[in-house]
Amino acid sequence: MLDLYGRGWQMLEGGLVTVQLCLTVLPFMIVIGLLGASAKLSRYRTLRVIGESYTVLIRGIPELLVILLIYFGGTIAVQSLAELISGEETRVDIPAFWSGVAALALVQGAFASEVFRAAMQSIPLGQIEAATACGMTPMQVFMRIKLPQLWRFALPGLNNLFQVLIKDTALISVVGVEEIMRKAAIGAGTEKAPFTFYLVAMLMFLSFTTVSLLVFNYLEKRAARGVARA
Amino acid sequence: MFEDFIYVLGKYDTWLWRGFLLTIELLVISVTLGTLLAIPLAVARVSKKVWIQALPFAFIYVFRGTPLIGQLFMMYYGVGQLVAEIDGIQDHWTWTYLRDPYWYCLLTFVLNTAAYVAEIMRGGIQNVPNGELEAARACGMSPWITYRRIIFPRMWQMIWPAYTNDVIFTLKATSLASTVTMMELTGAARKIVARTALPYEAFISAGVIYLIIVYTLTFGFKGIERYLRRSEVRKEPKSGKPKAASA
Repeated sequence: MLDLYGRGWQMLEGGLVTVQLCLTVLPFMIVIGLLGASAKLSRYRTLRVIGESYTVLIRGIPELLVILLIYFGGTIAVQSLAELISGEETRVDIPAFWSGVAALALVQGAFASEVFRAAMQSIPLGQIEAATACGMTPMQVFMRIKLPQLWRFALPGLNNLFQVLIKDTALISVVGVEEIMRKAAIGAGTEKAPFTFYLVAMLMFLSFTTVSLLVFNYLEKRAARGVARA
Repeated sequence: MFEDFIYVLGKYDTWLWRGFLLTIELLVISVTLGTLLAIPLAVARVSKKVWIQALPFAFIYVFRGTPLIGQLFMMYYGVGQLVAEIDGIQDHWTWTYLRDPYWYCLLTFVLNTAAYVAEIMRGGIQNVPNGELEAARACGMSPWITYRRIIFPRMWQMIWPAYTNDVIFTLKATSLASTVTMMELTGAARKIVARTALPYEAFISAGVIYLIIVYTLTFGFKGIERYLRRSEVRKEPKSGKPKAASA
């Protein structure tokens, strides 16, 4: 049972794909989140409306539906775009991995933009005024004043989001990416031992979320080291 | 483009409607039973005795630390297989129910919701101001009466926004039932796509229905929040300033 009918390695491979998925989505999620938060706090009404409607739409739709929509719909969209450009019939296949990454980045980015918006608003206004008074451009204010502190304010929220992200990668198994859940399903089907395989898959996920929790707790402590305690 | 939407909505409206009803059914049952189960879990979780809080802690930790789709597969395929291997179970009258994905879905969603809600409730219970508990004890209230009159009303007030989020989370979670052949809203949309090869039309229609449910829920829960916080309504300052000054 320990070597899982000789499929232990496959489960580990699946674990590797899950880690890859999480780490690939993470930067996109952060960038989309920062853009979304900036749009929501923008001076321009149009940007605010775009930012708000993005989160309002995404947060009300199940992740699974977004994944399915991008997987099935994305292929058609890219294909017709390619046909429009090249002018001839083309066949495009978006790898399931990348359509999964796109879907998760879109979903998690919406939640991240809420986290970053709250974090940006907790930066004291006086500091921004001081920076502007020193003659910094808005870009410099962002890079020098906002971003370094954003990190500290946003970490607890990001901790939560990363937990959700790890768990949401399991949904991509539905479109056939061979991460943990998919490998477990294959093993469960061929070896007729679903209980064992899914138990192993769950333990793997539990260890991932636990490690992520510990890492983020450490980062939170580290980010707060320069802050006087009340 | 719109012809396809009209085609999908016109031809498969009964599928979407039945999917909608099943989604609502799963949501209402999961949230109701899950919340009822969460209350004893949360109370046990805040206990000072290690042996009382250990079990709810483990339960909450496992259910919040693993993906719901895994829990569902574990339940439906894993437990389902163990049940199917019991001698003679397949001739027993309960077998019709024991192989129906509906019950496995419900059980998973109830347990999952219970774990998330219990964690929120724990935070709420622990944040009840200590002075109120001391006052209750000074008035001679037993722990049970303190819970009923002080802690629970306070807890609901505090956790309501988070609870609203969790109900929406559960709504979105019900879409996973489609992975074990249930025909709720997402399942219906997937079946339409399989039949018509029109992914945008089917999935976007389902998405719009989800959005309508979410924002109806949010609206309703906001109303209940106002009711829960009715005791905190701030008195309008009776200064002589004209009201138009704020505009």
